[in-house]
Amino acid sequence: MGMTMTQKILAAHAGVDKVSAGELIEARLDLALGNDVTSPVAIEEFEKAGFDKVFDTEKIALVLDHFTPNKDIKSAELCKTVRSFAREYKIKHFYDVGEMGVEHALIPEKGLAAPGELIIGADSHTCTYGALGAFSTGVGSTDLAAGMYSGKCWFKVPGAIYCKLTGKLPEWVSGKDVVLSLIGKIGVSGALYKSIEYGGDGVKELSVDDRLCIANMAIEAGAKNGIFPVDDATLEYLKGRVTRDFTVYEPDKDAEYESVIEIDLGSLEPTVALPHLPENTKPVRDVKGLKINQVVIGSCTNGRLSDMRIAAQVLKGKKVHPNVRAIIIPATQQIYLDMIKEGLTEIFINAGAAVSTPTCGPCLGGHMGILAAGERAVATTNRNFIGRMGHTESEVYLASPAVAAACAVAGEIALPRDVV
Amino acid sequence: MGKVFRYKDNIDTDVIIPARYLNTTNPTELAKHCMEDIDKEFASKVRPGDIIVAGENFGCGSSREHAPVAIRASGVSCVIAKSFARIFYRNAINIGLPILECPEAAEDISGGDEVTVDFDTGVIVNKTRGKSYTAGGFPEFVREIINAGGRLKSLKAKESKRA
Ligand code: SF4
Repeated sequence: MGMTMTQKILAAHAGVDKVSAGELIEARLDLALGNDVTSPVAIEEFEKAGFDKVFDTEKIALVLDHFTPNKDIKSAELCKTVRSFAREYKIKHFYDVGEMGVEHALIPEKGLAAPGELIIGADSHTCTYGALGAFSTGVGSTDLAAGMYSGKCWFKVPGAIYCKLTGKLPEWVSGKDVVLSLIGKIGVSGALYKSIEYGGDGVKELSVDDRLCIANMAIEAGAKNGIFPVDDATLEYLKGRVTRDFTVYEPDKDAEYESVIEIDLGSLEPTVALPHLPENTKPVRDVKGLKINQVVIGSCTNGRLSDMRIAAQVLKGKKVHPNVRAIIIPATQQIYLDMIKEGLTEIFINAGAAVSTPTCGPCLGGHMGILAAGERAVATTNRNFIGRMGHTESEVYLASPAVAAACAVAGEIALPRDVV
Repeated sequence: MGKVFRYKDNIDTDVIIPARYLNTTNPTELAKHCMEDIDKEFASKVRPGDIIVAGENFGCGSSREHAPVAIRASGVSCVIAKSFARIFYRNAINIGLPILECPEAAEDISGGDEVTVDFDTGVIVNKTRGKSYTAGGFPEFVREIINAGGRLKSLKAKESKRA
């Protein structure tokens, strides 16, 4: 039996010819990533263990994104810890307020993820870079500490689910609807410990932003990683961002997949995940009319330029419903700037939306848009667990930027075509 | 021996330790809010040695190591579940919180039962019901980490052996 794309990358980084599912390996890292919540724990552990060097000052990225610009004294202290560590150890890729963005939007944008690379991050959505043909996965703070020091991490080699994409996305349907439909099908533990490997003719119909969104939510199906083949669109995206050499891997023809799922992109429609699990998906048309209080458009799932463009397309010349607070958060400074240049910011502000500097903010119930008891939000984020965006009696509905923008205008759950 | 706190499937890290408390890394502080969004009484009722038993996909959601840290700091001696989310699984191992995957035990044990666990053999005994179950053991590599008292200690030990 051959290897999957993921297994090939793992084997190459473990320095062996072959690995198979279930095997434990130690592999070399191309990048270790941490944020302002997970790095402080890693740094404490790093220091407690008596470590006094990092494996490579250019292969560590520290991004202050969760509670920044700092929401309170405690979070300011956490950032201070990371800042001092970054200075002391001369970490090249350290991103503070003014330069930072939501990590999983920032890392690809800065060219820190490339095909065939092995990346760990002390953040579960590190799986995002699978969109570019890298193996990337979320780990904990102790893994980050060990990784920063030794440049290595242990892995259990995953088996895989093959997700075959065919057809073309209909109007107003995006990568978010693809991944929500997939999670609706297989459930939040449907890919537990496994890779989801995408393939098929449909891949070329998806923009890199769509792929980043889909790979981002692999973890919501329990997966270790989600990975896309590398094609012209990927290479185009990497141009001007990645100048180092990289290796493009393809799965073996006889790679072993535990199951195959087929998704016809043409059959999808705008989809929403109801509280309190990302697997509670329904077509938007079945939930239409449900009153809402807040809309959040942003996050590592859907805070990219194409997301902002489509939200602006819906909001142009419209007003946010008087009962709704609409909060729009570009995921990086570059996206923020591009939004201004393209006139999107103006469209949002004229519509009555708040536009913020990059932050995770409301996505994890941190700050910048917390919900009160009984309030309901439609968000382009990736999790709708109990209390995720605020009070335990608040509700989060996950949807695409097009749907979220439509809901902001309608004051209730709505389809883009109903408001445009 | 510990008393069992029983939870359902898909217990996520947001309920184990809500993000609003992640502005600290202090284990004792974190323990005060452990499980509070689904079980307000957990933090006040849990005693050293107690055990959490849950269904499938325990610890799903974010990668926050604060979750196993909060559980350990609450005094919980072990988590038994039908299955664990993978990041939680590795975090627990890396920090030395014993976890056991045992579907039969997770199915059978009720809240309030008195349970003992032998980590060497994987044998779980339910004293209340007079039943026992065996969990699968850990692979060699993982045992090394647990025996060393966590990933960083095992890394150090290996390095000093090499030096
Ligand atoms: S935007 Fe949300 S999901 Fe993404 S890294 Fe930030 S908190 Fe995590």
